[in-house]
Amino acid sequence: MAEANARPRLEVHDVTKSFGAVAAVQGVSFPLYPGEAHALVGENGAGKSTIVKMLAGVHRPDTGTLRVDGADVDFAGPADAKAAGIAVIYQEPTLFPDLSVAENIAIGNQPLTRLRQIDRKEMTANAERLFRRLGVPLDPSRPARGLSIADQQLVEIAKALSAEARVLIMDEPTAALSAVEVERLFAVVRSLRDEGAAIMFISHRFEEITALCERVTIMRDGKHVATELVADLSVDDMIRRMVGRDLSALFPKQDVEPGEVVLEVDGLSREGVFKDISFSVRAGEIVALAGLVGAGRSEVMQAVFGVDPYDSGTVKVHGRRLKGGSPRAAMAAGMALVPEDRRQQGLVMELSIERNVTLPRARKLARLGLLFGGTEREAAETWTRKLQTKLGRLTDAVGTLSGGNQQKVVLAKWLATGPKLLIVDEPTRGIDVGTKAEVHRLMSSLAADGLAVVMVSSELPEVLGMADRILVLREGRIAAQLTRAEATEESVMYAAMGQEVSV
Amino acid sequence: MSDIDLDQRPANNRSAVLKSRLTSWDSIILVLTVLVLIIASFTVDNFGTSRNFTFMVLDLLPIILIALPMTMIIVTGEIDLSVASTLGLTSSMMGWLWNQGLSIESIIPLCIVIGAICGVVNGFLITGLGLPSLAVTIGTLALYRGLAFVVLGDGAVADFPWNYTGWVTGTIGDGAVPNVLILIVVLALIFGIVQHATPFGRSLYAIGANAQAAHFSGIRVARTKFWLYVASGAVAGLVGVLWTLRYSSARADNGAGLELAVVAAVLLGGVSIFGGKGSLPGVLGGVVLLTALQNALRLEDVSGQALNIVTGSLLVLSVLLPNVTSAVRGNWHRRKLRQASATSAQ
Amino acid sequence: MTATSLEAPPSKRFSLGGLLKTRELGIVLALTLLVAYTAIDNSRFLSGQSIRDNLLNTAILAVMATGQAIVVITRNIDLSVGSVLGISAFAVATLMSNNQDLPMIVALLAGLAIGAVAGLVNGVLVRYGKVPALVVTLGTLYIYRGITYSWAGGSQVNADELPRHFLTFANDSILGVPWLVLIALVVIAAGSVMMRNYRIGRELYAIGSSPPAAELAGIKVARNLLTAFVLSGALAGLAGVLYAARFGTVDAAAGNGMELNVVAAVVVGGVAVFGGSGSVWGAALGALLLTVIGSALAVLDINQFWQQAIVGALIILAICADRLVAVRIARSLRKRDAHV
Repeated sequence: MAEANARPRLEVHDVTKSFGAVAAVQGVSFPLYPGEAHALVGENGAGKSTIVKMLAGVHRPDTGTLRVDGADVDFAGPADAKAAGIAVIYQEPTLFPDLSVAENIAIGNQPLTRLRQIDRKEMTANAERLFRRLGVPLDPSRPARGLSIADQQLVEIAKALSAEARVLIMDEPTAALSAVEVERLFAVVRSLRDEGAAIMFISHRFEEITALCERVTIMRDGKHVATELVADLSVDDMIRRMVGRDLSALFPKQDVEPGEVVLEVDGLSREGVFKDISFSVRAGEIVALAGLVGAGRSEVMQAVFGVDPYDSGTVKVHGRRLKGGSPRAAMAAGMALVPEDRRQQGLVMELSIERNVTLPRARKLARLGLLFGGTEREAAETWTRKLQTKLGRLTDAVGTLSGGNQQKVVLAKWLATGPKLLIVDEPTRGIDVGTKAEVHRLMSSLAADGLAVVMVSSELPEVLGMADRILVLREGRIAAQLTRAEATEESVMYAAMGQEVSV
Repeated sequence: MSDIDLDQRPANNRSAVLKSRLTSWDSIILVLTVLVLIIASFTVDNFGTSRNFTFMVLDLLPIILIALPMTMIIVTGEIDLSVASTLGLTSSMMGWLWNQGLSIESIIPLCIVIGAICGVVNGFLITGLGLPSLAVTIGTLALYRGLAFVVLGDGAVADFPWNYTGWVTGTIGDGAVPNVLILIVVLALIFGIVQHATPFGRSLYAIGANAQAAHFSGIRVARTKFWLYVASGAVAGLVGVLWTLRYSSARADNGAGLELAVVAAVLLGGVSIFGGKGSLPGVLGGVVLLTALQNALRLEDVSGQALNIVTGSLLVLSVLLPNVTSAVRGNWHRRKLRQASATSAQ
Repeated sequence: MTATSLEAPPSKRFSLGGLLKTRELGIVLALTLLVAYTAIDNSRFLSGQSIRDNLLNTAILAVMATGQAIVVITRNIDLSVGSVLGISAFAVATLMSNNQDLPMIVALLAGLAIGAVAGLVNGVLVRYGKVPALVVTLGTLYIYRGITYSWAGGSQVNADELPRHFLTFANDSILGVPWLVLIALVVIAAGSVMMRNYRIGRELYAIGSSPPAAELAGIKVARNLLTAFVLSGALAGLAGVLYAARFGTVDAAAGNGMELNVVAAVVVGGVAVFGGSGSVWGAALGALLLTVIGSALAVLDINQFWQQAIVGALIILAICADRLVAVRIARSLRKRDAHV
């Protein structure tokens, strides 16, 4: 561990970055010391990724400076950051699928022969040396296409090693890894740290932060909250500062007497994704799907709604069997899906708010098959107002709204179809605290009005507060079914992680 | 389209809407088109004559008709480069069928069906097998044109009945309005309404801007695209018939290279090659602008081929200019921010 | 010692297994079958003259396909090559007819330079103007052709106006190999080596394989893309000189529509339209295959008009095959992951 008076290898000093009118990062400062792992925590949308992108040279800070070894630096692009010894490992690895693993490691820095040709032998030998050092059995000559996420991340680390990076920034590297893979990754990172590299580590899992990091910086809503030694903070302290409020008052699910069965899923399987999923949901119930990222929760619900195919099993709505692979049939049966990825799946960012809200039911709004704006505008007006969406004009592109208001538009879009079953996937990801509470209140009152709700969520407090029943998925199978009374943070996490890790 | 909306909005919103509408590329093109028409009729001899008007309408007939479905296809983020070859194939087939002794009344619908079949093949390869439309339609561009030559060789069939060829080149009564203008207006209205005032049309924009989100909203992406290709083929078939009748000559190389003119006109009309953006009025403006320019310059004895410079430059500029202005605006915004922070620091 | 013994087996497996599976092998097979079938029908197909004609006819297309392959590997396209050929052919023919004593090398350099400038314009518009390559090169296809037309008007440069050494260049040979073929071979070899063994080549593959990853990896994307477009332009310009030398008569329409054949050669040769894979020599083989099909049709006494249709069918077949392979690989990977 570094002494307190050591000079930081990298310093973020009072940086600010905004995109359009939205300030993503405001006046954030913290140091990274050599030989130390530093955690950066905050809720989604707190500005962590923007910090990462500035360190990677992708974004330039609007104001403030970055310092490497005490000297101000100005990165014109990723090449500059690389040259300064900063290596970044993104949540989604950025390899070249068509190139071999060895080439991916060496890209831009390949060993050359006297004719300035690439020395393939040396390149392969390098890769093998790195893999031996990391203790991983990867074939350097295979293409990167088809590597598992964990292996891709190891290739990225090998890349950082080969570039002799002195600062390693890892943006949620463990999100899609199994416990064994996380352990292997940590062993590698620890040895790098002990060799003097400065590590910045972003994760939502506190047990990983306490296991790996010495220091932690907490961010909230783009602002710096605190930088302290991990040893001085309890997990509760961290969460409280991250969230900036008391947790208990947040999740007001009303008790509702469940009605008739709305959704029955029986033996649903998709090869390599999920297997033998069975559950049912009654009117007035909120059923949560919990589990780690990559456990197949979203995939199950997308198959139920019909945007993804499934291989076997049945889905019944109100006792009637639903045709698979057809979102339109699911919608006709009274289903609605608020998807996980708002920007890619939930909304068409370039289109106006009005068009987005009316997209799934343009057919119903048409008169004699024609649409002349009026009915669409009325419907959009009604539903955005019901959800108290803050917006300028209905004709503005939906991309101009804040995350929380975008989520309200997605909700408006689907509630306008008058669903009997609402599937919400990560309903409060990346939205501000106030809107979050509104969304929870809304879900609760919808359930009280007799709507059946399925909620996929990675936030345990949300799951525990909102759900009547909890299904925990692990590696594509249902690992546990818990009632509200049985569910605790420990019981859910234990089921989600299986035998491999004790929490 | 949204005049009602203007009335309900406060004044500042109204002017903002108006401003954004006036500075949009398709309205710039429409204004430019009107300007070219006005200037040309005053400065170019014979431009404003009714005879020249008829010629101009006949010249823009193939481009404008094929541009109607092409606009929809490009709005969904795809492309169809095989249209001119489809035109050539139907023209060849028309000549061949005529030589076989079929009546013109049965040949014409048959040719449109042949065009639609060409579209079905494109649509199947693109939406059924998931192949990239650019590569597929470059392939069928060669294939359909090749088949056109197989059918008719390098000969021509010319003896089509006079009343049909005469109708295509003729005018209503003895006035200045060409018969084919009715066809253009009717088809443009149909396609315009479908694109801008139906659920189907709405879905095209969603597909082009974000196909995944469209799929998640219950839009049948593949099926929608498939029918667009069928429509594109059918219209190209119809144009093949009209082209043959206009020149009274069925040839395998009819309309060669027309696909580029159509794509150029559509992009010039403000449709984004990435999909999701563009309007039919803008495209119609683009087609008229290109044709009027060519017509005027030809009357001034500028070679038609040299006009390619104008076409090409307009095409590149139509995409380049919006990019440049937004980049300049972005730079200006950043500089302002930096200045603001510098002064606040002092 | 241990290191070498460790690395030997995988690298051997790579080259052997890689060669067996390549798309290029498929084209070689198709070519062999076609030649064998045609030769059985008419043995003159394998005569020296016939082979020479085929190679001469391939040369110009192959030179252009080399440049196009490089551009397509970066996930772009250059539709302006036919027009660049035209402008270069006309410019060089005019230059040579006005200066009868200029040596051939000047003609070649002039063609390369004209093409390079045209390519640079394309590259700058694509990279700095952020206009998609399809739109830019469709535009410059018109513009370059238009410039040639307004320069040439209806005129043409005839063979009798050109210096003798310029015209004989196409047919003269060195060690029995015609200059034209030799130049094409040098271009293909240089292109292949550059794309395979030099940093710039691997970076071009990287850019096509994943453009965002290339930016994040700190690859100088702008410089590389400009290089790719300049190369494609320069090679089209070179092809213009070869065209003028081979055909002697040049008017403003030279190379009209040639972009289609070039793109066809590249796609048939196994370069994926979405970039990142394929090879220069595959594209050259594609050019050879297309040319041989044309001459085989003549020998087999099949209607010449079938040629274009066959080219179209081949393009579609090629992308179907690529798609099939990709789907199969994806499926096998998914299955393997599922078992882990």
